[in-house]
Order: sequence, then C-alpha cells, then structure tokens
Amino acid sequence: MKKLIYLVPIVVLAALAVMFTVGLGRDPKTIPSVLIDRPVPSFALEALPDRGKPLSSTDLTGQVTLVNIFGSWCVACIAEHPILVNISKTGEVPIHGIAWREKDPRDAMRWLGRHGDPYDRVGHDADSRVAIDFGVTGAPETFVVDPKGVIRYKHIGPVTTEVWENTLKPLIAQLRKSP
Amino acid sequence: MTRFLLPIIAVMMAASPVAAVQPDEMLADPVMELRAREISKELRCVVCQNESIDESNAELARDLRLVVRDRLMQGDADDQVIKYVVDRYGDYVLLRPPFKASTYILWFGPLLFAVLAVFGGWRFYKARGGSAIAATVAAESAPPPLSAEERRKLDKLLKDTDGAGDTA
Amino acid sequence: MAGDLMAAFSIAELGHFALILALFVSVAQSIVPLVGAHRGDAAMMSLARPGAVALALLVGFSFLALTYSFVVSDFSVSNVFENSHTDKPMLYKISGVWGNHEGSLLLWITTLVIFGLAVALSGSNIPPQLRARALSVQAMITLGFLAFILFTSNPFLRIDPAPFEGRGLNPLLQDPGLAFHPPMLYLGYVGFSMAFSFAVAALIEGKVDAAWARWVRPWTLVAWVFLTAGIALGSWWAYYELGWGGWWYWDPVENASFMPWLVGTALLHSAIVVEKRDSLKSWTILLAILTFGMSLLGTFLVRSGVITSVHAFAADPTRGVFILLLLVVSMGGALTLYAIRAPQLKGGGLFAPVSREGGLLLNNLLMSTATATVLLGTLYPLIADTLGLGKVSVGPPFFEAVFVPLMVPAIIAMAIGPMLAWKRGDLRGALARLWVAAALGVAGMGAVWLMRGGALSDVLAAFGIGIAIWLFVGTLMEFADRVRLFRASLAESGRRARNLPRAAWGMTIAHAGVALIVAGVTASSAWKGETVQTQKFGETVSVSGWDFTLLSAETFRAENYTGVRGTFRLSKDGEDLGLMHPEKRTYTSPPMPTTEAAIYTTGIHDLYAVIGDPTPDGQAFVTRLYFEPLVPFLWYGSAMLCLGGLVSLSDRRHRIGAPVRRRDRVPAGAKPARA
Repeated sequence: MKKLIYLVPIVVLAALAVMFTVGLGRDPKTIPSVLIDRPVPSFALEALPDRGKPLSSTDLTGQVTLVNIFGSWCVACIAEHPILVNISKTGEVPIHGIAWREKDPRDAMRWLGRHGDPYDRVGHDADSRVAIDFGVTGAPETFVVDPKGVIRYKHIGPVTTEVWENTLKPLIAQLRKSP
Repeated sequence: MTRFLLPIIAVMMAASPVAAVQPDEMLADPVMELRAREISKELRCVVCQNESIDESNAELARDLRLVVRDRLMQGDADDQVIKYVVDRYGDYVLLRPPFKASTYILWFGPLLFAVLAVFGGWRFYKARGGSAIAATVAAESAPPPLSAEERRKLDKLLKDTDGAGDTA
Repeated sequence: MAGDLMAAFSIAELGHFALILALFVSVAQSIVPLVGAHRGDAAMMSLARPGAVALALLVGFSFLALTYSFVVSDFSVSNVFENSHTDKPMLYKISGVWGNHEGSLLLWITTLVIFGLAVALSGSNIPPQLRARALSVQAMITLGFLAFILFTSNPFLRIDPAPFEGRGLNPLLQDPGLAFHPPMLYLGYVGFSMAFSFAVAALIEGKVDAAWARWVRPWTLVAWVFLTAGIALGSWWAYYELGWGGWWYWDPVENASFMPWLVGTALLHSAIVVEKRDSLKSWTILLAILTFGMSLLGTFLVRSGVITSVHAFAADPTRGVFILLLLVVSMGGALTLYAIRAPQLKGGGLFAPVSREGGLLLNNLLMSTATATVLLGTLYPLIADTLGLGKVSVGPPFFEAVFVPLMVPAIIAMAIGPMLAWKRGDLRGALARLWVAAALGVAGMGAVWLMRGGALSDVLAAFGIGIAIWLFVGTLMEFADRVRLFRASLAESGRRARNLPRAAWGMTIAHAGVALIVAGVTASSAWKGETVQTQKFGETVSVSGWDFTLLSAETFRAENYTGVRGTFRLSKDGEDLGLMHPEKRTYTSPPMPTTEAAIYTTGIHDLYAVIGDPTPDGQAFVTRLYFEPLVPFLWYGSAMLCLGGLVSLSDRRHRIGAPVRRRDRVPAGAKPARA
C-alpha cells in the first residue's frame, strides 16, 4: 500500500498523455450549436433593396429549407457560392439567405449580382440581432430547418460539394421521409 | 472580415488595443453601464482567442456588448442577460464555468486537492511514528539545564562568535 | 553585398551542420558517462565535462549563426524571410531570432546546453558519478529537442532563389520588454532541466543527501530567478503595451509559465529541508521532476493547439505530437524511476508538525495544491471535451475564486515559518513575537477599509492589504530578531547582520517582496478607476480624483509606422503634474494598429492614459483613462524576489560545497571511530 502511492504520478501522467493524444485531433475553437432541435428563433427581416421577397421565421415552415448566413465582406462565402447556385438550379431544396452585417444593403445586392443569386428569400440583418439569435459566430454558416421550423443541423464554414453530397443532401432526404 | 482571417485579425486587434468599449455604446445611466461592463467581463468573445467581450475589438464582441445593454434597458436582471446569451451560444460563452454536473470535477477539484494535501501531510507525520516523534523530539530538544560554569562558557562563546547559525 | 550574402550562405549552412554534429555528440554524451558511472569507470565518466562543453560550443555556434542570418537579413533562410524585414530596427531583428517557433526552439536548446556547460565548468566538488549522470540526463533531453528541431522545425531551411524582402515581424513584438521576455522565461523554465537531471541522477544512484541538495540549489535558484524575472517582464509588458491596465489574465500560456514557478518555489523550499535536516527527500525529488515536467507541459500547450490562447504560436498538431512524445518519454522515464527508487530513500531527521521543517512542508503542500488547481483550470476545457461533457470555458473568474483562498494561508504562514525553530517549534512563542506585525496588519486593514468608505464589498480587499502588512512587518521582525535589534547594541546588531548568511538576507528580501506583490495585486484588482469617453480638446476628465486634460493630438511618422500622439496634462487638486503622451500607431508591414499607453507613476500609484480614434470632425478623441493603485508595488516586489534569489545565490555555501565529516583523531592501534 505504501509503495503504491509512488505510482500515482506516473498514472496521472498516463491519463494526461491519453487525453492530450485525443485532444490533438480536435479543434478547441469549434463550438457545436446549442440550437439543434430547437425551433427557429422568431424574426422578420426586410428584403434587400429592389429584390423583394423578405425573410421571416414563418417562411421556414412547411418544408425542409436551408438558411445561409452570408455577407459581401465574406471571402469564404465567395468560395461556397457556386455550390449554392448549383443547388438552387437543381431545385433540390429552397435556400434562404440572411445578409449579415452589411453597412449598406445595396452591397449585398451588388455581390449577388456578381456572384449569382441562389436564394429564394433574403433578409437583411442590419444590427446582427437575428444572427445572434441563431448563435452565429461568423460567415458563412448554413442551417438545415425541418418542415416544423425546427433547426436540425448547423454547418460552420463554406458548404463544399463534399459537405453537400455527404452530409446535407442525405439529411434533407431523411427529414422529408420522417418529419 | 472573412471567416478565415477573422481569428487572426481578432488576435491582432484584440492583443493590441484596449478595453474595447466605445463611448457610443455606453449607456447613459452609470449604474446600468457598470452592470453592463461587469456582465461583459463574464462573457467570452466566441470568435477570439480567450478574451471577454469587454476587452475584444471584434465586431461580434461589439454586437454582443450592445445586446447586453439592450437587455438591461429592457429590464432584465444580470443573470437573465447572461442566460439570454447562453441560450444562443451555450456554456462555452461563460468565462466563469457554471456549476453543474459537467463541471463538478472542475469546482470540486481544488477542494479535493486541498484535502489530499492535508491527508498527505497527516500520513507523512503518522508514518514517521506520530506521538513517538513528539516524545523523541521533545526529549531531544529539552536537554538538562546548564550548570553555572557551562552557562558562563556559553555566554562567552556567544559573544565571540556571531549568531550566523544554522538557519535558512 | 554579394560578399555578405556569400558569407551568410555558408554561415547558415554551418549553423545547420553544427546542429547535426550536436545531435551526434548528445547521443554519445547520453550514453558514455552514464555507463561509466554505472561501472565506476573514471575514463568514461570524465568524458561528461568535455562533452557538455562541446555541446555548448556547437549549439551556441548554431544560435549565433541564426542570429547572424537575421542581422544581415539573409532572406535565403526561410525563417529569416518569414519573420524579418530590412526595415526592422536592429534590436528587433535580433529578437526576431526567437520570435518564432523554430528560433525559439533553438533558444530552448541553447539554454539546455548553457546549463550543462555551467555544471561542467563549475563545481569541482560535485562527486564525479553524480555529475556524469546528471550531464548524461541533460544530454538526453538535449538529444530529444535536437531531434525535434532537425526533423520537424529546422530554422536553417533555405529558399532558392532568395527573396529580396522579408515578410515582416509582428509589430507587437517590437518592444524591448517583449524582446527580452522569452529569453528570460527560457533561462527560467528550461533551466529547471538541470534540477531535473540532478534528480534523475540521484534516483539512478539511489542516494539523496544533503550534499545533493547543496549541488542542486544554485542551478535551481538561477532558473527560478530568471523565471520570476521573465514572468514579471511579461506582466509588465501586458500592462505597459496592451493598454488596459491588465497584467495577468490566467491565459493558458501565462499559466504555462506560472505553474513551473509555483512548483519551482516549492522545490527551492523543500530542498532546504533536505540540506539542513536530511528529510523530505522523496518530496523534493518529485518536485524537481515535476517542475521541469510543468515546463515541458507548458511548451506542449503553447505549441500544439489543444488549448486556445491569445498568446499561442501558430499551432500545429504535428509539432504537438512530437512534444507530447518528448514529454511522455522524459516524464515517464523519470516517474517510473521514481516509483521504483523513491520508496528506498531513507528519511533522516524527524521533526514535529510545528517546526521550521513543518512550515516548509506546509509550503510544499500549498504550492502543490495551487499548481494542481491552476493545471485543472487550464486543462479543463480539454478534459470536458474529451469526456464528452461539452465545450466549457474557464476564465479569470474561476482562477481568482480558487487561487486566492489557497494563497491566504500561505501568506499568513510565511511570516510564522521562519520564526520557528528546527525540529520542534514554539508556535505560541513565535506568534507572541509577531504581535506587532499582527497589530499593524489589523490596524492597516481597518485604516484602509475606512479610507475607502467602509463598504462591505471592500472588506476582502482590506483584508488583503492587512495580510500584506502582516507579512512585511513579520519578515522584518524575524530579521530584527536574528540580529538582536534593540536588544543588543547597534554595533552588535550591525555585526550580526553583516555576518548573517547571505541566504538569510535573500529570504528576508524575497519574502518582503512577496508582501509588496500581495498589496499590489489586491489594490489594483479591487480599487482600479476607469473611464471611457469622447474627450474634446481642452476638456478635463477626472478619474478617482486625478484630472486629465486633453490638450492636442498630432500625427507623425517613424521608422516603420505612422501614428497619432496625444498630449494630456495631468493634475491633482489643482497641482500640475506634467504631460502624458499616449500614441496610437499603425504599422506598415504587416499592417496593424497598436496602442502605446502613457503612464505617469507617483511611485505608489500609476495613472494611465490611452488615446483612441478621433470623432469624424477631428475635434475630439475616444480616450480611456485609468487610475491604477499600488501597481508599482508589483514591480518592486518582483524585483525584490529576483534580488533575494540572487543574494541567496551568492551565499558562500554554494562555492564551498557541502561539509564533509573529518575522521576524529584516535590513538594508533585503536579501532577507527564511525564517521
């Protein structure tokens, strides 16, 4: 018994080593969304100028939808945009957009004009309140919302073809089968 | 700010300037503003590398500072304001970890360490013989009194040498 | 110019080559002296000293080669290209050597070999077996890091063709405080490697005695002094440069340097007991191992990316794997050896719980608990994530809540401990002799509390000031007691003071320094004044009774930045105290804004002014003004800690060595007495 206490330090070291090995494979900064399986926060945003079709939370019921947070200042959004445009062309699922933190909403319109407009409805979130309600930490982020208006998934970062094929598309199919 | 540059810029900006509150954010009522500052110090800037929204220059930090003040103006109590933010971002946003099942190890840990330390100390003394030590040590430290002759010699020695004895 | 580049070409290559040679030497050094000590082979053991010298020369040359490459801006060296720029002032070109991952690793290794060199060159009194083993262990650590740097983080990689200009150094690092902070820190927590090596050597030998404690102490003290200075410099930089009057944030990287300091302090104190009373051996050995373990852990945390931090170097999980391997192998080996050998270490002198040794043991326990607590808080986000408990943040509120209650008993005990006798102390007597300190502490607490208005919220802070006074006065009283001040003649006291061992002086100075730090920490945390506003030219803003008047602001241009310099007049109660010039700078390469706070110090308090952005019409600026009470005490106290350590280091014991018993003279023919 007496001698066993001398083993404590090395046991603690072993435990720490295991934990660190696991930790090396993880990113401490990505935080999972706490809004999964909770209803979309209620909001009503104005449309972008000369575009019409504003976005509010009531538009997110009745069918599976994607909500994409973007901004004309966002470089990574340019990277994902072609994929969103393709998805909208196939008509698989309606994509709604929230233009976040635009100093001038016309910037967003110009950006969509240049890069393509995959969105059904777009809301302009001038003061970030809606983004905060969604727990957004940056752009782009994309939410999958089920027909009942419940958030079922959040993807942080650009949507790549891989993410679309392997994660989002199957999830959307699944949600349609068993709402 | 782009998704990828955001953390880098946040670090650079956050690490360089200053308690980041701008005058145009501040509330007119100083008591409420003080509450807002205190609450902000408890909330983590989620796009920064380990800073509170009070200190960070990131845009999102500013947005959250404004949200905090907005909720206070709407009459929320301090813990309601915090709950508002936690409802949206999770426990991660709390710089003072909550006291719940997932953090028992954290909060009880220091207490446990202190108890272990006390226990370790107690076992150390016990293993060395406990009361027997006290007796031995007492016996060792209480030698028979000095005779007059010995006392005179001792006084003389003490005068001649220095007190620079066996001490740290 | 071409000649310079040619020279630079070969020097960088030579530097690289030197590192490779050093790798081979360290392999030899790890094996030969160790085997020699095991066999008692004097020839093999004698290779340890020249081996350590060779390592130091090779690595030292390599470090100088890298420095040269930075100084001449040799952009063919990838590391120089990434981290330097011809526009950088020379001082910062040099400090750029260690302002990046690869260069800082080279500094790590340079520190390892410097300590090995120091042990090789000094201490002819160290028994050859102990020295051989210790130098071998030190070489093993060096070997690990050399492999790390050569295989994953080579600072001498070349680019062909060489670019004309570098990518620039982060302007945040262009500050003298920060230029010297990393080397100090490294000399500190890397320096504890020597205590580690000695501890492992002692475990291999199976013997820990007073002599060992005496050999270990100088290296441990040197490392501790540097670490203290490094941490203090870092805090001072945060306060001076970052501009919000903060000096400690419990950020993981800060904690990474604080934990070795806590355990290192415990080690220093524990080693005293081994030296004086031949006791607490296995505790001390464990502390020596753990102190360096904390250093390695800190290096891992900072560079691997498992923890988020403001300070982290570009995190890279592959580097993390290598450091983790180093950590596991070195600590695993040492702790396994500990598990096997430590139970056999025979404890020596017995002592009562209330005694000088008991006090030092209490210090061990408190410091260890504090370290474990800080470690838990720092690692908890990772622990929670690994155990699936979700993402949790642990920030300053946690650390303050748990660390302070641990330190309070330590501060109180620090005044009592030195008053107790060895073996068995008289607590009542010690407390009785300290009554003045207690009285002043309580009086001080009361006075400060009343001065602040007697609010309930100020009680704890007043208590903090109270125990700081208790410690300060108590330390002085212990000193006075020792020199018999007021009980013997002044001449007598003077004589006693002069002849007091330096270590006693060191303790007094260091403990008094702690008291000042406690006062500074308490006051600046509790009673800081802050205002943020848009201030017009000519407008006066008051903070805690001090008046700041914004007079003007002008733009200017310097070597590699442009800026705005504001001018404030500071006054109090109508008395003009002078001008303050905070700046807001924009660096050019890479483009980045920073602030330089203006600090006015009274020697007791600091006043702090920061200038922000102008209003659109340019007639007013955002200004932040702070009153920082007792912050200078933090720096005074830290300086005293370092001074105390240095004074202790100069104690003649360290030059003379441990006493060796002489055989008593006996008549011829009689049996020799036992030594």
